[in-house]
Amino acid sequence: MNREALIQIVKQPVQWIEDRTGVIAFSTPLLSHHVPRSAKWWYVFGSATLMFFTIQIVTGVCLGTMYAPSASNAWESLRYIDEEIPLGWMLRALHGWSSSAMVVMMAIHMLQVFMHGSFKFPRELNWITGVFLLLTVLALAFTGQVMRWDQDAYWGLGIGAAIVDRVPVFGDQMRALMLGGPIIGGETLNRFFALHVFILPGAAIGLVGVHMTLIMKNGISEMPKPGEIVVPSTYRKGFEERMEKSGVPFFPDAAQRDMVFCGVCLILLVFLAAYYGPFGPGGMPDPTLINTNPRPDYPFMWIFGAVSLLPPASETAIMLISPVVGIAILVAVPFLSNSGERAPSRRPGMMLLAVFVVMAIVALTWEGVTSPWSPVMDGWSALPTPTQFVKGRTPLQMQGAVVFQYAQCRNCHELGGFGGKRGPALDEIATRMSPDQIVRQVQQGGGNMPAFGKNLNSAQMTAIVGFLSTLRPANEADSTIPGAQLPLPIKSPLVLESPFTGTGVPAEISAGVSSR
Amino acid sequence: MSDDSKGEAKKEGCAGCDCGGGGGAGGSLPPVAPQDARRGFMFKFGAGLLGIGGILAAVPIVGYIIGPARSRYRNEWVDLGATTLYPSGQTRFATFLNPIRQPTDGDAAKTACWVRCVEAGKFQVFAINCAHLGCPVRWFEQSKLFMCPCHGGVYYQDGTRAAGPPPRGLFEYKWKVEGGKLLIDAGRLPGLEESV
Repeated sequence: MNREALIQIVKQPVQWIEDRTGVIAFSTPLLSHHVPRSAKWWYVFGSATLMFFTIQIVTGVCLGTMYAPSASNAWESLRYIDEEIPLGWMLRALHGWSSSAMVVMMAIHMLQVFMHGSFKFPRELNWITGVFLLLTVLALAFTGQVMRWDQDAYWGLGIGAAIVDRVPVFGDQMRALMLGGPIIGGETLNRFFALHVFILPGAAIGLVGVHMTLIMKNGISEMPKPGEIVVPSTYRKGFEERMEKSGVPFFPDAAQRDMVFCGVCLILLVFLAAYYGPFGPGGMPDPTLINTNPRPDYPFMWIFGAVSLLPPASETAIMLISPVVGIAILVAVPFLSNSGERAPSRRPGMMLLAVFVVMAIVALTWEGVTSPWSPVMDGWSALPTPTQFVKGRTPLQMQGAVVFQYAQCRNCHELGGFGGKRGPALDEIATRMSPDQIVRQVQQGGGNMPAFGKNLNSAQMTAIVGFLSTLRPANEADSTIPGAQLPLPIKSPLVLESPFTGTGVPAEISAGVSSR
Repeated sequence: MSDDSKGEAKKEGCAGCDCGGGGGAGGSLPPVAPQDARRGFMFKFGAGLLGIGGILAAVPIVGYIIGPARSRYRNEWVDLGATTLYPSGQTRFATFLNPIRQPTDGDAAKTACWVRCVEAGKFQVFAINCAHLGCPVRWFEQSKLFMCPCHGGVYYQDGTRAAGPPPRGLFEYKWKVEGGKLLIDAGRLPGLEESV
């Protein structure tokens, strides 16, 4: 058989398919359209996001064949997938890690587009469909967390429900719509299942289609150069001319970078998934198991952090209004500025804004992870008292150390770096507060501390104040001496000091008033 | 005759429709010829039929989706066991099956609460949910405080707010004692507008 005949054999069915479908005519411009020569490594993040989305669909469909979307079985079915199905754990790990990777890539992609001013004319709708894609992906992440149906999922829904419940007038109805009833139960999981596997992926696929169509229509933006300003009336003509003259075909010239980057991402993903394994499921979704410490997944940790830092008086308003305002601002970005300079160096204010937003999200995420506002629930029973705080103490003072643990003070106060961070660390409390002040603070509370007056008898109070009054560095005087906050040349061994020396000095003079 | 004209109209209409749907070729609807009164009528008639059918079909669909928001779920009196389980002056953990539940709820239908016996015959029953964002609060007998692990809400033993972000005290169930048993009025997840 000669070469010509072989080509004919291959060509014929291809031509038949092309004749009936037009698939080649349709896809050729998708691959060969010209993109700016300057589109280099900055432009790979959108492709990576799309790759992770594809992985989500494939692994999600696979998981859908085994997952039981029922509140009574979901948790067990995940355990079954993890432990009994061959490589089931790997599939769940891929789905979980790829979801995180998609959120990260999307954020980087968005940041790049913002910093390069690529949202300006004529790509306003590229940006806006991107914003809706971001919201859809975050919704997928939240509903995906619910699919785990563990304690975090249950109480995470509780937090969501409590926020929705604060909506004025319709809060109750909206909460019922969200939960599918008056409690978190079977219908809740199934509602979120329908969202997670039908509605949101459908919306995401549609939005990706529109997003890509817009890219084809408007072209990929060039790397911004200072001085090359966007003028809507002349931009298209100039862009088309430049593409004609100096553009390169997307495939393979630009696509090869996407392929390299996506390849690296994919291999990293598989390694991460194989090494760290799937996310959860955590504890059984039994709301009577209350020894739990509910935390959201990472994409929402900054929100978890933010809601703990809001002032209680305006909390509800901020919780309900800020998402609406935030989304409105994101949508409005291309309308606020759709022409002019694109280069970061000519838009310093926008760069500062971007840096600020990123830093705020990172800082709030860190706050959420460390949760310094949360009591360490087992601090009182699990943490030892560091030896330097009991060494050489009198029995009364040591009794105070016991009361200090017993009354759960440690849940909110650190000693020697261990304990809650809700209140101040008490390692050096005696340099700041006199025994009288300590008595008042413990009895009456205040400054976000409960009053313990009713729960400690006078012997316990004497002991605890005796203990706390010894808590200061050996070379610093206690707060009963005026000006004690200044380093004083008193180097007396701490252990020999009576905790009650100098109580006659008025507390106010001692300048040891708590900063709270 | 009428069959013929119908067939013709259908053919033309279809050609326009199918093209518009696929390939992004931008197929445009054929202009409705104003002189063709029958076709104009058929178009309106078809639109009307679809509209009526759509509304009829939408009623159950929309009703199904928004049903939970419209339903009035009723709390019921739930038995928490003999009052002797709750010694005077103490706060004890109690669980019950939610009276509002569905067959697929599984463990989620279980509910926990804190029962405080103030003195013999006088109780306070607190919802497990923190008034801030609903996380489960834990009782600490030694300091007589409830603490929340999420954002650090703290409550005194009588449920009043002691510290942290909660805007109010713990939610309380209505209770009564009947035949030596403690009953609470339970069901709905507590929310800020109500006291369970």
